[in-house]
Amino acid sequence: MTTTTPPRVPAGAPGTTAPAPANPRARRAARRRRLTACGVLMTPFFALLVTVFLIPVGTAVRLSFYSDDQPGLGFGPERTVFVGLRSYAAVLTDPTFLGGLGTVALYCLVYIPLLVLGALALALLLDSGAVRLRAFAQLGLFLPHAVPGIIAALIWLYLYTPGISPVIELFAKADLTIDFLGIHTVIPSIVNIALWSNLGYNTVVFYAALQAVPREVIEASVVDGAGPVRTALQVKTPLVRASIVMVAIFTLIWALQLFTEPMLLSQSSPMISSRFSPSMYIYDAAFTRNNYSLAAAASVVLLVCTIALSYGVTRFTSRAGNAEEAR
Amino acid sequence: MSVTDSSLSRPGLLGRTTVNAVVAISVLYTLLPVLWLVLAASKGRDSLFGSDLLSLGDFSFLQNLGDLFAMDGGLYGRWYVNSLLYAVAGAAIGSLVSVACGYAFDKYRFRHKEKLFGLVLAAVMVPQTVLALPLYLMASGAGLVNTFWAVFVPVLFNPFGVYLGRVFSQGYVPDEVLEAARIDGAGELTTYVRVALRMLGPGLVTVFLFQLTAIWNNFFLPMVMLSDQDLYPVSLGLYQWNSSASVSPEYYPVVIMGSLLAVLPLILAFTLLQRFWRSGLTAGAVK
Repeated sequence: MTTTTPPRVPAGAPGTTAPAPANPRARRAARRRRLTACGVLMTPFFALLVTVFLIPVGTAVRLSFYSDDQPGLGFGPERTVFVGLRSYAAVLTDPTFLGGLGTVALYCLVYIPLLVLGALALALLLDSGAVRLRAFAQLGLFLPHAVPGIIAALIWLYLYTPGISPVIELFAKADLTIDFLGIHTVIPSIVNIALWSNLGYNTVVFYAALQAVPREVIEASVVDGAGPVRTALQVKTPLVRASIVMVAIFTLIWALQLFTEPMLLSQSSPMISSRFSPSMYIYDAAFTRNNYSLAAAASVVLLVCTIALSYGVTRFTSRAGNAEEAR
Repeated sequence: MSVTDSSLSRPGLLGRTTVNAVVAISVLYTLLPVLWLVLAASKGRDSLFGSDLLSLGDFSFLQNLGDLFAMDGGLYGRWYVNSLLYAVAGAAIGSLVSVACGYAFDKYRFRHKEKLFGLVLAAVMVPQTVLALPLYLMASGAGLVNTFWAVFVPVLFNPFGVYLGRVFSQGYVPDEVLEAARIDGAGELTTYVRVALRMLGPGLVTVFLFQLTAIWNNFFLPMVMLSDQDLYPVSLGLYQWNSSASVSPEYYPVVIMGSLLAVLPLILAFTLLQRFWRSGLTAGAVK
């Protein structure tokens, strides 16, 4: 629409639209002024986009196809040679990387439904009008959002540590011993940290979306004889679908980057190796083993997974949404 | 009976009790760990391990506070100042840059605009860990590794802020206002600074808070870029102290006290600015 030329109007002709200058030259000048302003407003952001996003992504892709090869016997200078897909083959056949992918997949499968459904349920309860002290409840739920991820992990690490934790002490009084950082409990323990950090924030997001639902819609469903549960599930929930999709996608993108919590817990648990998740694998490959091409290939694999999954969620939910609207 | 009475949709007494119980348990779940942090911060090392948390016998809050700022030659104070600098300056500049760009996306027309916007949205999806190694190599090529700038420049980039900026600009700045300013002969940029930016205020605060939280939480990038302890943010510093604590337990009380203090700025920011960010929470979900 920007390429269409404005209709030629003779200079000073009556009946031209009021805001645009009648003179074509003046109009072109106005347009140029606007484009200049637009450029000025956009340049700082796009300068950042190029330097800290486009070039790094390009660099990661390029690095993944090259490798520093040591010439024979270790003499002579190191050369960077094109190795094609060799680094990808190395990453995708590395059991530690595949194990990391599996760990994150399991983590996502447990964490994302728990978070989205939990937050939605709490928001619907808050919105039902039956909750006392609603403002206080929201504030309390929201509080962990102000706790940085690493500190949330620290708090829970202490709550998982025998000798410090009052939780373990309570269990001990009931003659239960529980090892929160054992082989089967470590992923649930990490899920719990992430859930604790994000449950309240997303509850508030959903609650705000529910508040925007027109009251007439809810009254209509009540008049139709729907009980509070049916109103919540079949009337309110579909109306906040956009928020649910947004929360699910952002949670997914963050969950795939799983790094902070396991990195901190690995200080105390032998169950978490230095390549526990793909992000930890990348960190380990790049900064412990100094194998840049391996790290870059792993990064690109993680990137492709992220984009594919986000795209899949978007398509899936929009199709589900269309099916619903078609009914 | 009037149908506008919203109590019609409310659950009965039994339902109400259940609902309140569920919400109360959830609130306890979110509050108790923070309460534990507050109580644990007031304990000396020995009673911390005794885990008799509620006894007030050993109240060493002030002593822990003193220890925290004295530990390793007052490093914690430095980390705190660093974090504030990274987060407040970074979020202030970053949100202005993003909102200006989002505003331009909303108010101006040019070729391939939607494609360019698609690129911005795609940037939201890219994991930080993917960018870290190339950023490290670039910073090392430019001699910036282990400097303030290596952390500060990448955190300014906030593509989601551009998206929010565009949404807010659509909602808060009517096109008629800009037309009126143009007729008055005001320059485009003057109009932005004097008129539009003021209307975008609540949106700007929302983007600022999002970014403040993200930078204050930032852990991966400083870990990759910084080796000089004097440049660490609080998150990385506490991580390192905690790793020392398994060998030298005198670090435990200071890590706990340090964690407590690190929570305060965001609580303060959210409380002071809550009027603004609440309106911004749902803006991301516009269809």
